[in-house]
Amino acid sequence: MPATLTYREAIRQCLVEEMDRDDNVFLMGEDIGRYQGTFRVTQGLFDKYGPRRVIDTPIVEPAIVGLANGAAMAGLRPVIEMMTMSFSILALDQVINHAAKIHYMTNGQAKCPLVVRGPGGAANQLSAQHSHSVEGWYAHVPGLKVVAPATPEDAYGMLRTAIRDDNPVIFTENPGLYGIKGEIPDDNEFAVPFGKARIAREGSDLTLVGYSRMTHVCLKAAELLAEQGISAEVVDVRSLLPLDTETIFGSVAKTHRAVVVYEDWKSGGFGAEIAARIGENCFDDLDAPVGRVGGLNVPMPYARVLELECIPNEQDVLDAVKKLG
Amino acid sequence: MRPSDSLSRDDLLLIWRHMWRMRAAETRLTQLSRDGVLRGSLHLAEGQEALPAATGLVIRQVDKLTVTYRGHGYVLSKGCDLVGVFGEILGRVGGFGNGKGGKMHLTDLENGLLGANGIVGAGVPIAAGGGLAAKVTGDGSIAMTVFGDGALNQGCVHEACNIAALWKLPLILLCENNLYAEMTSLARSSAVTDLTQRMTAYGIPALRIDGNDALAVYDALWNAADDARSGKGPTFIEAMTYRTCGHYQADAETYRTRKEVEQWRKKSPLIRFEKTLLDRKVERSSIDDVRRQAEDEINSAIDQALKLPSPSVESLRSNVFA
Repeated sequence: MPATLTYREAIRQCLVEEMDRDDNVFLMGEDIGRYQGTFRVTQGLFDKYGPRRVIDTPIVEPAIVGLANGAAMAGLRPVIEMMTMSFSILALDQVINHAAKIHYMTNGQAKCPLVVRGPGGAANQLSAQHSHSVEGWYAHVPGLKVVAPATPEDAYGMLRTAIRDDNPVIFTENPGLYGIKGEIPDDNEFAVPFGKARIAREGSDLTLVGYSRMTHVCLKAAELLAEQGISAEVVDVRSLLPLDTETIFGSVAKTHRAVVVYEDWKSGGFGAEIAARIGENCFDDLDAPVGRVGGLNVPMPYARVLELECIPNEQDVLDAVKKLG
Repeated sequence: MRPSDSLSRDDLLLIWRHMWRMRAAETRLTQLSRDGVLRGSLHLAEGQEALPAATGLVIRQVDKLTVTYRGHGYVLSKGCDLVGVFGEILGRVGGFGNGKGGKMHLTDLENGLLGANGIVGAGVPIAAGGGLAAKVTGDGSIAMTVFGDGALNQGCVHEACNIAALWKLPLILLCENNLYAEMTSLARSSAVTDLTQRMTAYGIPALRIDGNDALAVYDALWNAADDARSGKGPTFIEAMTYRTCGHYQADAETYRTRKEVEQWRKKSPLIRFEKTLLDRKVERSSIDDVRRQAEDEINSAIDQALKLPSPSVESLRSNVFA
């Protein structure tokens, strides 16, 4: 029987199934054990697996990733939680200089199977240092895989792929998604492959490209556009690195218009890369320049009224669609 | 009774062999660098041979090790394949990374070498992770990390020390205090130059030793390994030594006097250990034979590595991902 679970429960269920399957999988992070996680993703896991496999660390992101790299090279499969992905900025040296490069530098001799997961993007008034969307920075780095699932089913299936992958994987969970519900298959081998985008809604007049929580913003915008008689297709990218350009380009070939929607700062965010790829490869298919909706290029402000101005919403998407003509 | 008191004649000659393998490698690599065969930065450790040599007798193949970009001596004494080492230093197919990693990134997981590292201090948390893996799996191995005095100013080193102490990780922290962090003296880098004092904050047992005395190094490492293997947690060893060559091949060495270097040359671990061997009644002919064999072995491995091909351009994009 498929179960209806929240996004956080789907992640937890996958963690449990993978820890039961493989003794080498262990969890490490700040307040994930006894406290059960600030977003409650790891609830109950400390009691179930004990301190050997659910390891509470001091607040020390660089060393957490450093230790995970060493443990991964020694044969284990660490899944580490960043209390927020914003904090992973402290650990960039270990992620980029070590985890991402070791396989290449050893011509494939060494592997670093590591998952770095946690909430990325704005929550609710967590302000400038806790609201980063860092996936674009990571997706810039050869040797990392970067995924941003939008639904409980994808979170469940992509985390399994992440844990079983022999590469370091950045797995970003928008905090706004933890409570959403969805069906997940009754199959503890269910895995969603990386590098495969999902058509979240079919349409024929234009393509909205999003990932993570912005997929839902695109879907809402598509509903509003439908009321105006415009048929929007929504592509949920899911996996940034590797990126499924085939599905994105295929949709653009059908609709001839595209708007890319992302929460990260508009300037230089990953949506800019997607837009550039569409422009580079689909020039003959396009009836209008590729549109972009991104986060405002300011540090995330605290006051709710300001914060909401920074995060793309369905109205921003409608405005961008209008500009395409 | 010190652990080194029970070293056999063969053990002593093995230390001697490790020392001369390292020195022979450095002599030849320096020449290759001067001849333009070897490009890029070459970081040598002339004068610090006692440390890797003694390590070779304490750290086993299963034990995990991280070293610095100056750490090829440890790579050799850990028993890594010589052609793999020199092939990689020369950037050839058949090196550990088929020429993609290079001198600063020698890595050999089969022999427990979790990597040399180009980032000062970064190997310390990685080795602690090796120690964590040993603890999680209970496989009986330990981990060791080698770093310089300069690394103690890096945050990740202190982070890893705190965790290693907190979790009693089986970890040896070997600090090669050669008095200079690259081109800057310890006195200009740190207000407290007795580095063992840094460890009192973490509750890590710390000792300062003569790092040019191979037997003192062996004793310290043996005790630290024994503590790590019996669950007592990490030990910090501050080994006083000196790099009698430059930080890298193009070092102008304006930061120290020739006199200072010459004084340390007289305290070379090779000179000292030769005397130890004679004191322990090892016959002169064996001392000379082992030295010659070590030099021959290294030179022949480098000759072999020089015959390896450079990587093909087709290999450029492979192994970005596993």
